[in-house]
Amino acid sequence: MPRIFGRQREKPSSGRARSLTEPAPVRWLLTAAAIGFILLFLLVPLLLIFAKAAEDGFGAYIAAVSEPYALAAIRLTLITAIITVPLNLLFGLAAAWAITKFEFRGKNILVTLIDLPFSVSPVVSGMLFVLLFGAQGFCGPWLQEHGIKIIFALPGIVMATAFVTSPLVARELIPLMRGQGTEEEEMALTLGASGLQTFLRVSLPKIKWGVFYGVVLCSARSVGEFGAVSVVSGHIRGLTTTVPLHVEMLYNEYQFVAAFAVASLLTVLALVALVLKSLIEWKTSERGAQR
Amino acid sequence: MQIRQWISIPIAFLLAVCGAPLAGAADISLLNVSYDPTRELYQEFNAAFVQYWKDSTGQAVKIQQSHGGAGRQARAVMDGLEADVVTLALAYDIDAIAGTGFIARNWQSRLPHNSAPYTSTMVFLVRKGNPKNIRDWDDLARPGIEVITPNPKTSGGARWNYLAAWGYALSKHGGDETQARELVTRIYRNVPVLDTGARGSTITFVERSIGDVLIAWENEAMLVVSRLKPGDFEIVVPSLSILAEPPVTVVDRVVERRGTRAVAQAYLEYLYSPEGQALAAKHYYRPHLASVVAEYAQQFPEVKRFTIDEVFGSWAKAQRTHFASGGIFDQIYLDR
Amino acid sequence: MSDRQRGVLPGFGLSMGFTLSYLGLLVLIPLGTLFLKMAAMSWSHFVEVVLSPRALAAYRLSFGAALSAATINAVCGLLLAWVLERYYFPGKRLIDGLIDLPFALPTAVAGIALTTMYAGNGWVGQHLASLGIKVSYTPLGVVVALTFVGLPFVVRTVQPVLRDLPVAVEEAAASMGAGRLQIFFRLILPELLPAAVTGFTLAFARGLGEYGSVIFIAGNMPMRSEITPLLIMIKLEEYDYAGATAIALVFLVASFATLLFINALSLRVGARARTG
Repeated sequence: MPRIFGRQREKPSSGRARSLTEPAPVRWLLTAAAIGFILLFLLVPLLLIFAKAAEDGFGAYIAAVSEPYALAAIRLTLITAIITVPLNLLFGLAAAWAITKFEFRGKNILVTLIDLPFSVSPVVSGMLFVLLFGAQGFCGPWLQEHGIKIIFALPGIVMATAFVTSPLVARELIPLMRGQGTEEEEMALTLGASGLQTFLRVSLPKIKWGVFYGVVLCSARSVGEFGAVSVVSGHIRGLTTTVPLHVEMLYNEYQFVAAFAVASLLTVLALVALVLKSLIEWKTSERGAQR
Repeated sequence: MQIRQWISIPIAFLLAVCGAPLAGAADISLLNVSYDPTRELYQEFNAAFVQYWKDSTGQAVKIQQSHGGAGRQARAVMDGLEADVVTLALAYDIDAIAGTGFIARNWQSRLPHNSAPYTSTMVFLVRKGNPKNIRDWDDLARPGIEVITPNPKTSGGARWNYLAAWGYALSKHGGDETQARELVTRIYRNVPVLDTGARGSTITFVERSIGDVLIAWENEAMLVVSRLKPGDFEIVVPSLSILAEPPVTVVDRVVERRGTRAVAQAYLEYLYSPEGQALAAKHYYRPHLASVVAEYAQQFPEVKRFTIDEVFGSWAKAQRTHFASGGIFDQIYLDR
Repeated sequence: MSDRQRGVLPGFGLSMGFTLSYLGLLVLIPLGTLFLKMAAMSWSHFVEVVLSPRALAAYRLSFGAALSAATINAVCGLLLAWVLERYYFPGKRLIDGLIDLPFALPTAVAGIALTTMYAGNGWVGQHLASLGIKVSYTPLGVVVALTFVGLPFVVRTVQPVLRDLPVAVEEAAASMGAGRLQIFFRLILPELLPAAVTGFTLAFARGLGEYGSVIFIAGNMPMRSEITPLLIMIKLEEYDYAGATAIALVFLVASFATLLFINALSLRVGARARTG
């Protein structure tokens, strides 16, 4: 499986010979078609979010994003991401280490299982936790008896988010580490390094950009998860509404400007993720050039 | 200097995020799980109740709200969402919760007026000047009319809409079920968008300019006409509609566990008080209290309303025949 | 299996243990409940629910729209990858960076933005409406939303292949008098095809399960514009847990099978492209 975010390794060769490119009108036509597609599907929606957010002026914008419920939603979303991302990072590192550094039977099955959440609709993922922990679910009565809240509280939101985003880091690291082999680690070990030292000093530096990349990806998706969280959240204003749910709520209260204002925060976050991604590409291509 | 200013904005924002109250400084908290169009009502009512409770007991109470399609909300409570009180669109949804043991089965007799502190009805919202000349339920079935209503499977309001149309046809045709089915089928043939909640439908009609008529809660229609888009829409009152009773109750199992029964009970009773009734009327729900009724008499047009028990026997029966899996609503959709 | 085969590196037990327990607790046990729940249903009830006309219409729309969107993305993705790799125009780097936006942008945000934009009174929708095309609240709206969420995949799988394509082959073909079209269809396209199919698969998979962006734009009419995840949600809201579980299970198995099938297909396409 290829990486989802592509990576630019080198600049495309410019100045091709005339026989190796298309006639100018064809080039223009194709370029125009491509730009038109991007315009219609990416740029216009992007502009629309900011335009609608700014419709009532700067004051209304600030008011919408600094209102207590919005702040509580932002905090909940950040807490969710702060718990989810490290867990999925650990999982990604462990899974990639086990899969790429060792041979064992059933490896392909394990890889497929790691990918499994990708083919589960977010709604279904949320539903699974309701079936398991809901008051009518398998563990529900027991949890109720002991006063443990999972669904409609932070643990449920974290679990649903973690489920949906669990493959992201692992899928980033597995192809990367597979290409690196085990020689350097083995050498470090024969030179007397401990296992942990080997991992921290030898393996980790080789994959640090991949890790960073996976973390960016996983953070972006954790912050934005909607379907799964919607099922397990309970939509308590200021308590269990994450930012995407808050956007939906505002939208349902005719507060369109506020909805788009809060949505624009998420959009800025997404754009930051894209910039970080470009930064990583630039770093790795630089490193590649030095070699 | 400038750079420092630019940096200070996000930092101040982050601080604000960290300081945002999650639970707030309250002695006790209540969660009210409600349906879609009550958002504005409870926003104001909660503030009034917090003040009232503070004045009468000295206790600071914080009230949390959750809104959504009635089905989604009732499901969440059944799955363990810790609602101290539920204020839903129709009795069936509370019956469903009672079926899981969270609420005593006799809940509807615990408060006056079938536990419905305010009533409402279903009316039509049309575009300014009523260009399609919509007067009554039959007009909704005319070819070429686009009707906006939510999905009766998930929205309480939509079930009232559906039953209102059905009851109208029954009374017009002397109780002929096939005529009723014919009318309702033709109305649903004219529906281009079936949102999951009443709010979604209002947005589709009002903001997206889709459809010629919205079948809506009276309170929702009045909200649009007088506050959201004054002058763009008109309300048409049909010759016969349904008496919609959105009921409220305390969720027994939750208040027992959390020890909030007293405040939850007071919260619901406050809905029946002159202040509560006035707030309900202000948000276009029809009050019961005579003094408030008189005060707001101008606001509410005369509507002939039948009750669900008169025409359908009970909610449970209506639900079984019309909205259950394979029921008449499902059959109507297969015929399309 | 001996330690020798595993290599001398430490941490197999630790990493494998953590991987399996995390996967088990977070993914497998919850998925298992789906089967447990289903086992409580009678077979005839199960069949009745999953083969009900409304469920069939929902599968049809989900698979049809995901397939259409993935196809649009395959064609447009090839075009975009080609233009971004081979031509120069102002703003190219910006566009290249923005391609991944649908992957990073929360789907609910995409949903409200696309709906507002394509609604009959929206920026784009009003022009389409004057042409008699309705997008928001129709099955076409579903395709638009899914095209948006699947946009990055084909571009990002095809781009690196296109970049690494040796120029020498094209040079040789050109010197032998082959035209550009001929070179493209005979030489370049077969090389790109496996990557494009992989991208197509990913876009398809993403589209199948998509919920957040679709519910705002779809109109949600039973039998017409109701996607399967929404039907599952609606079944839940009707308190029909068994029905929701049954449809979820069928949908899950069907999408997983489709993915495996397309993956197998892409392996064959890849093999043929390399040998042929």
